[in-house]
Amino acid sequence: MRLVIALPFLWLGVFFLLPLVLVLGLSLGTNAPDLAPPVELGVSFASFRLLFTDDLYLAAWLSSLRIAATSTLVTLLLGYPMAYAIARAQPRRRPMLLMLVVLPFWTSFLIRVYAWMGLLAENGILNQVLRATGLVADPGTILGTEWAVHLGIVYAYLPFMVLPLYVTLEKLDWSLLEAASDLGARPLAAFLTVTLPLSLPGIVAGCLLVFIPAVGEFVIPDLLGGTRTLMIGKVLWDEFFTNSDWPLASAVAICLLALLVGPILIFQRHQERSLERI
Amino acid sequence: MTGRARFAFTALAFGYAFLYLPIALVIVYSFNESRLVTVWAGFSTKWWEALMHNEAMLDAAWLSLRIALASATLATLLGLAAGYALDRVPRFTGRTLFASLVIAPMVMPEVVMGISMLLLFVGSDQLLGGPARGFLTITVAHVTFSLAFVAIVVQARLADFDRTLEEAAMDLGATPRTTFLTVTLPLIAPALVSGWLLAFTLSLDDLILTQFVSGAQSQTLPMRVYSSVRLGVDPQINVLATIVIAIAASALVLSAWLTRSSVDKRP
Repeated sequence: MRLVIALPFLWLGVFFLLPLVLVLGLSLGTNAPDLAPPVELGVSFASFRLLFTDDLYLAAWLSSLRIAATSTLVTLLLGYPMAYAIARAQPRRRPMLLMLVVLPFWTSFLIRVYAWMGLLAENGILNQVLRATGLVADPGTILGTEWAVHLGIVYAYLPFMVLPLYVTLEKLDWSLLEAASDLGARPLAAFLTVTLPLSLPGIVAGCLLVFIPAVGEFVIPDLLGGTRTLMIGKVLWDEFFTNSDWPLASAVAICLLALLVGPILIFQRHQERSLERI
Repeated sequence: MTGRARFAFTALAFGYAFLYLPIALVIVYSFNESRLVTVWAGFSTKWWEALMHNEAMLDAAWLSLRIALASATLATLLGLAAGYALDRVPRFTGRTLFASLVIAPMVMPEVVMGISMLLLFVGSDQLLGGPARGFLTITVAHVTFSLAFVAIVVQARLADFDRTLEEAAMDLGATPRTTFLTVTLPLIAPALVSGWLLAFTLSLDDLILTQFVSGAQSQTLPMRVYSSVRLGVDPQINVLATIVIAIAASALVLSAWLTRSSVDKRP
């Protein structure tokens, strides 16, 4: 029994916790391009100072948070009606409807982002449709803008929103809604005062499952956002792979972690509580 | 149709169209004659032939497959242990830390995990002279982040099932080992299968973590796809996407069919 605990504990300690400590240590080092690896260890806050004073980095932080927040909201607005409709469908149809939501998740993330490249390009399919129908005479290029990044995030993370929402909505006691309407509540009022508050756990879980990875997203801004879109995951990547500034990249990682530790803890507490409820 | 039914139908129709139209277009354009993925120039299977002879892509696919098999299997074993410990051992030293460590990789930004694991491997390279970055380091990285998913699935299944079955086995004289092997394990087997499949898919699909911890020699499939896609759309990637989608869809339909027939058999 002791081994059952010790093995995963040891694995996660060595390959997850220890690496995070190393990142913290390295973020206090200084960049030394002549060495291999290109770091001089020490206690210097130069990387952090740069992160908090340089306008470029500040802009990247802000736009990451903004893009993640708006995309999460849009995903919620799109995912909630879907989860609601599935939860209220006939029980024998639900597994099929749910499977259709999950299926894209089982294909490749990279391919799902790639699918939008052909759609959103200047001569892409979306613009061809817009021109052919005459809806928009001269649609600009969506690829390479923040619009495309939002679209990509909503598309890629929609299943993560629908699933937790469905789980809470499916357990909801619908007789409460009938009671509300018997007592004279209009459908909208009943939704706002009964369904919405009761599905709050699902909303919180779904939003966190979208927001947390979206803040540090790299593939979507890189492939769909072009050079003008600043996001912190891309900054980390470029500092590491292009500029080989390991201490700065480590400092970005530490800040990203500090920023997300709140949402992550809320998610963990939530996860543990929902498992206890089962 | 009542108002509610119409609303439900619209929400689902719009949602599924949004999810599936891009995928459908990727599949259609894998049969396009033209190199441009945006202009239809007639039916052709030439990109399918080109991909079948693309050695670099095939090598990458083979490496990815090997890593996914190894890491999913190891992640399932460790995830089973972690999920079991979390559900069955209410008190042990460091339990809170343990629970956090199990869940955290699920929500950790991948770039953060990537850089941290690379630093670990660079450090061990400096101190111990190894391991060389490649198959081994990628596998270790994939195990670390996918074991969380297995542990969650196992824990949920364990919390769900009837403990009296285990107690009955024990009362009838089975040792804890026999009880685990003949009662517990068969009952949580579906969770292990879906956990393994999840870990396998996550490994096969991972780009960011892999890019950080792989060496110069080892290119996995997502790495190849990414470097090709960065230069623009490429019909061969459409072909690859079509294959991946076909495999995922048939695996999912198969598993749905299997679970349905097992539900039917239940007394």
